[in-house]
Amino acid sequence: MKIDKRAITAFFSDRTSLGFLALLGSVGILVPILNLAVPESSPVHLSSYVVGLIGKYLCYAILAIAVDLIWGFCGILSLGHAVFFALGAYAMGMYLMRQIGDRGVYGHAVLPDFMVFLNWDELPWFWYGFDRFWFALIMVVFVPAALAGLFGWLAFRSRVTGVYFSIMTQALSYALLLAFFRNDMGFGGNNGFTDFKELLGFDLQLDGMRSALLVATTVALAASYGACRMIVGSRAGRVIRSIRDAESRTRFLGYQVESYKLWLFVFSAMLAGVAGALYVPQVGIINPSEFSPIKSIEVVIWVLVGGRGTLYGAAVGAILVNYLKTFFTAALPELWLYALGAIFIGVTVLLPRGLAGLLPALKRVK
Amino acid sequence: MSKAAKFSEWRSIWLLLAVFFLGFPGPARAQTDDAFRILVAEFSNANFREKRVVIERLLDTGHPGVRGFLTALLDSRLFVRDRDQQPFIVESTDDGLSEFTLLDPASLAGAGSAQPGQLSRVITNNQLRRFLRTVIPRFSLSSPDAGIRLDAVQQMLRSLDAAAIELLRDRADEETDERVSYEIDTALALAALDESDPRRRLSAVATLADRLHPEVFNRLSVLLYQAEDGSFVEPSSDVRRAAGEALISIGRARTFYGIIETAFFGLSLGSVLALAAIGLTVTFGVMGVINMAHGELIMLGAYTTYAVQLAMPEHISISVLVAIPAAFIVAGLAGVLIERTIVRFLYGRPLDTLLATFGVSLVLQQLVRSVFSANNRPVVTPTWMSGTLQINEIFSLTYNRLYIVLLALMVFGALMAVLEHTRIGLEIRAVSQNRLMARAMGVRSEWVDAMTFGLGSGIAGVAGVALSQIGNVGPNLGQSYIIDSFMVVVFGGVGNIWGTLIGGMTLGIANKILEPFAGAVLGKIFVLVAVILFIQRRPRGLFPQTGRAAEGM
Repeated sequence: MKIDKRAITAFFSDRTSLGFLALLGSVGILVPILNLAVPESSPVHLSSYVVGLIGKYLCYAILAIAVDLIWGFCGILSLGHAVFFALGAYAMGMYLMRQIGDRGVYGHAVLPDFMVFLNWDELPWFWYGFDRFWFALIMVVFVPAALAGLFGWLAFRSRVTGVYFSIMTQALSYALLLAFFRNDMGFGGNNGFTDFKELLGFDLQLDGMRSALLVATTVALAASYGACRMIVGSRAGRVIRSIRDAESRTRFLGYQVESYKLWLFVFSAMLAGVAGALYVPQVGIINPSEFSPIKSIEVVIWVLVGGRGTLYGAAVGAILVNYLKTFFTAALPELWLYALGAIFIGVTVLLPRGLAGLLPALKRVK
Repeated sequence: MSKAAKFSEWRSIWLLLAVFFLGFPGPARAQTDDAFRILVAEFSNANFREKRVVIERLLDTGHPGVRGFLTALLDSRLFVRDRDQQPFIVESTDDGLSEFTLLDPASLAGAGSAQPGQLSRVITNNQLRRFLRTVIPRFSLSSPDAGIRLDAVQQMLRSLDAAAIELLRDRADEETDERVSYEIDTALALAALDESDPRRRLSAVATLADRLHPEVFNRLSVLLYQAEDGSFVEPSSDVRRAAGEALISIGRARTFYGIIETAFFGLSLGSVLALAAIGLTVTFGVMGVINMAHGELIMLGAYTTYAVQLAMPEHISISVLVAIPAAFIVAGLAGVLIERTIVRFLYGRPLDTLLATFGVSLVLQQLVRSVFSANNRPVVTPTWMSGTLQINEIFSLTYNRLYIVLLALMVFGALMAVLEHTRIGLEIRAVSQNRLMARAMGVRSEWVDAMTFGLGSGIAGVAGVALSQIGNVGPNLGQSYIIDSFMVVVFGGVGNIWGTLIGGMTLGIANKILEPFAGAVLGKIFVLVAVILFIQRRPRGLFPQTGRAAEGM
């Protein structure tokens, strides 16, 4: 995709975007300082737990932006984006598992614990190379991109659109959920991966490491946001939006609707993979429940709450809904599903443009 | 629970029933009843050696309850109530049950219920169980009921010993029932395979050539084994040849019934899927609404069945019949409520309805958890729906699945009749084909929408009644079917009821064909992938919707 000069100038004159990035920058700078430099006795000190939590929310924000890019701007509602997130997470998890080395419970030099437990003698071929960080990084984007490419190519080529596409993506995530639950898949069955020790030689439990991961996530979120903003601001972005509003008409005007959709879908899947890769070292576990259809639908609700088609709204929605989830599941666990259900219904019926849709109204009041 | 365990459970319920119907009070009943009760009470407190003696005395009473009592003892379903040391037979000791149903040992009539903690099991040892296993068939062989005798012979077939053969030989002459004679014949022919005279063995093989009992197949296969020194288990080459031919024809019959069995399992799974999906396709076809809460409406139907059973504990056998209209009404009203309060604000935004109804599904799930708790609820299968229809030794159909196939066809027929022959059906079709034109002709499309949603939801409720009979009733019931239902709808063509029926059956059979090769999970994955690929060829399913509604989706 050609980078459009106008898109760049438009980006830097876009005050909402700059505001969002400035906010992100301050989070990326302030949170590590409040955690590392401020003494624990101080009221503004942030515990490592909170740092991890914020890191997790920011990963979700990247995922939400990825969904908003295809749903808000191209009208493709994917109910399987958690799949790409989980694939990226598994790729990173495989690297982290290899880093454990012989410090596992069974002390095998090469095989992760669960393989020893299954009486496997050697590493399956698809685990080769994951002891190298660069290889894992490539896989983090390549595997989701390959799956999205294949699935998208099949789906868009035969013009599976709208609700059909959503249902098919949901079926995809369900199929992968079942597959990853199987022990003989070689991905740890229903326990998945956990007990990670270190990343690039640094202990994951160190406070400094947590802050470093948080900064990395912030940077990734900012970069994702920037890249998506560039895409939607470019000429191609306008074609993409016209596909959302009138797909047939765009096709009749001579645009290759399928390839626009496919590339956008693949790019979005890669973002989701990156989000997953950042998520695993901060949360410390990855298991097949990440593939469950409800996870993917939750992502959609984050975007819906924040406001689709705005990008920053998606990020804000992800953080807000997940904060609510953390709060509810700790304080009133039995009410969380009611609350989530109410959010789904309330936002779609009363606030179809999400919280971002309230902004113009607020300005008018002023 | 494993299939085998379920099978044996049905079997024992059958036995109990058979005994129950036999045990009509006769003139001498009262006396033997007392003797029986005394012995049963004595038994529960006896040590192992005394127990054996008491069993023999029990056999002498000739009381109709003896058989049920001994079977229960063998199945470890005999308990003593701690409170008053009264012995009871427990109907079923499934893990999921929080409450055991008690039966009186003499009459096998219901005698209330108790929590497992209030009962102690009457224990048996290996010796006693071995004794029971020989004594029960012997006792059953002289039962006046042909069904019990048949069952006893089949049981003995599996482990023939000299004593059993002797018993069967005695019985062969006086047996009047054809099926029992046939089985005794099989058993005696099996026994004759061990005779020293090759001609006797040959005629035994000839008798066995058309018998499908698995034991026959095993025994005949053994005849063909060749030891390492080149000698055969069966010395006579004529007998071996006959056995070989018999095995081929038996094998052919086994394959044949195997295919029919797979087809039946597939059809019954397909009926479940079609039943679950028909409501979905109705709502989508007419209103372009994908109802993600559909699975939870199915769940509501299943819980309605449970509630109906709670409300009429005395009439469990007809409770399912009551539950069908009840579930239709409950789920249908819930559907109308959802339509009126949420969905109608979202017409023309199919993706948004999908999300809003998903929210509804979360709320309904949690609601059920709050009201009924997160644990599975036990729904009793009425006796007329449990058990199996035994076609022959290797082929049987379970009644509950048979009834589900029937129910699916009936629901399908009823829906077709409503759509084709009623006023509301005409209006539903009109709105689905061309909403604006229908409105112009005076159809109240809003009302039709509400009715359609109610109809689709009501059918989901009926599906829930069916599912409550074959699986667990819990808050996650709906979720486990929703994706499969979607696959059926997509495969069959959205909005096409015929497509849903055929799609459901196809996917059901495909699942069951794949299962033996690939395992349940991989089989399911294969089917999902196959549907994804199928959509390539026919993006709108087997029977695509035509007309204006097909656009803009």
